[in-house]
Amino acid sequence: MTKSRGVKRSKVEAFFRYSLLSFVAFTALVPAYIMFTGSFKSQGEFLNSPFGIPDSPSFAGYQSAWTDNFPNWLTNSFLIVTGAVVMTEILAALAAWGFARFPFNGRETLLGAMVSLMVVPPVVLLIPLFQFGVQLTLISTLRLVILIYVGLMLPFSIYMLTNFFKSIPESILESASIDGASSFRTFRSIVLPLSGAPLATLAVVNLLWAWNELLLALVFLQSNEKKTLMVGITGFQSRYSLDIPTVMAGMSIATLPLVIAYLFGQRFFIAGLTAGSTKGE
Amino acid sequence: MKLASRKTATADVTRRQRSAHSSKEALYWIGPAALVILLIFGYSVVSVLISSFRYDGDWVGLENFEIVITDPIFLTALKHNGLLLLAVPVLIILAFILAVTLFETRRGMRFYRSAIFLPYILPIPVVAVVFGQIYQLNGALNIFLRSIGLEPLAQDWLGDPSIALGTMSSVIIWKEVGFGVILMLAHIISLPNETYEAARIDGAGFWRTHLSITRPAILNTIVFYGVIEAITMVSWVFNYVYVMSNGLGGPGNATMVSELYIYRAAFQNKAPELAAVAAVFLFVATLILMVAFFRIQRRSIAGTFNK
Repeated sequence: MTKSRGVKRSKVEAFFRYSLLSFVAFTALVPAYIMFTGSFKSQGEFLNSPFGIPDSPSFAGYQSAWTDNFPNWLTNSFLIVTGAVVMTEILAALAAWGFARFPFNGRETLLGAMVSLMVVPPVVLLIPLFQFGVQLTLISTLRLVILIYVGLMLPFSIYMLTNFFKSIPESILESASIDGASSFRTFRSIVLPLSGAPLATLAVVNLLWAWNELLLALVFLQSNEKKTLMVGITGFQSRYSLDIPTVMAGMSIATLPLVIAYLFGQRFFIAGLTAGSTKGE
Repeated sequence: MKLASRKTATADVTRRQRSAHSSKEALYWIGPAALVILLIFGYSVVSVLISSFRYDGDWVGLENFEIVITDPIFLTALKHNGLLLLAVPVLIILAFILAVTLFETRRGMRFYRSAIFLPYILPIPVVAVVFGQIYQLNGALNIFLRSIGLEPLAQDWLGDPSIALGTMSSVIIWKEVGFGVILMLAHIISLPNETYEAARIDGAGFWRTHLSITRPAILNTIVFYGVIEAITMVSWVFNYVYVMSNGLGGPGNATMVSELYIYRAAFQNKAPELAAVAAVFLFVATLILMVAFFRIQRRSIAGTFNK
């Protein structure tokens, strides 16, 4: 008797669980659905039935979105993200190895200070970096934005890789040093090959951040052909206020690379985003 | 005995030698990254501090601070950041409920998890523009409300100053909750199996189990998430506000926040010294949140040991 009551209760419970999850999943997916289907609609159809499937799908929105500087913006975004992510990866791996391998005085303090930089709001850095950029005439250059992104991504990257490098068993490294390998050779031929997963995770997390960054790109890339995709499409809204499908088409293009990266690298996303909390101080 | 002590002595010497040697070598490894960090953070923070006390190249003491502190727009911005902090407990509770619900679900768990996490990876400008359309007076949300007979609930979500900030925070919650779910779920899954055994034997129900076992077990993660989100509400909401209000913080100043205040002071009103002061306030606020975090975390760790 108690058993049947238990079963009944868990059935009711399951019903509530699935209702809740379905409702939340629906809410989470609807905006992306509206965006994507909207990009194939006409203005009138978008306004009248935002939830419907496009009557006669049209690519007009994509055609008008893919004009003037859109290809430029896409290229800029790719260049900045690639440059910044690769440079961060290299610098962070070197520094993390330095932290993990060499027990120098004040190591913990230095690492702690670096980690706490993670929370400095970028807007605080905005004015001095802008003046710095003006003095060196680097405004509207991709180089400056890459450098700033690298600086902002380094603290978390170093922290994460240091944690990983510390977990590599001492015995593996010692056998290499007995063989007379220099610490650089140990790093290159033993440590790096072991670090594929954490490096990939880090790349994905940094890629996500750099691709989506708006504030710094907005301030530092002022000439129209130097803008990133995020800055460019932010201006779409006011420019195409009477042509929402075009806005939605631009948004869809900007989202696509991320969704693809997410579908293929979901486990790296999750690993990277949980890395900060589980091995907390 | 003697041998042993001599052994440790030599070990000590080699360790000291190695330490001196290794601090030199560590410098080569850490140097390049440290240089970039010093340039981006060190230079900027010092320079912001200095320029907050200057005007046109002259030292003016606390004058800039007085101007900013008495600026009603800055006070409004601060108040709005404070109000946005109210979204943090909402986020924590929602994320917790969803994480334990996902944990209890076998069939379809991966699908629901992916769906709930998707908003977190979408670019904020995209999210803000799409929600800007959904929340129009004749936008998708109001069309939906009217179609199910809830016409009176239909609002000018972003145009009405009394609810615009709330509307904006709903977008932030929509986007940020998935992050909390992933964090908490990862922690719950990693808990040892025995954690729930006693509860199962006692026949404790869903809520009792999770409130009295899961909640304390993942407290660290909950606090971590809370702090990250608090920092977000204080210093990372620029993108939402900038895009949804077309860079104005309107209607009126209904969605003005401190980051937008700094941006506008520096680049639209050409008053970098006032922007610097506001930036100093923001910086201090994040520092306070950080310190609070480490305090709470230390106490919660001590708490788990005492039990």
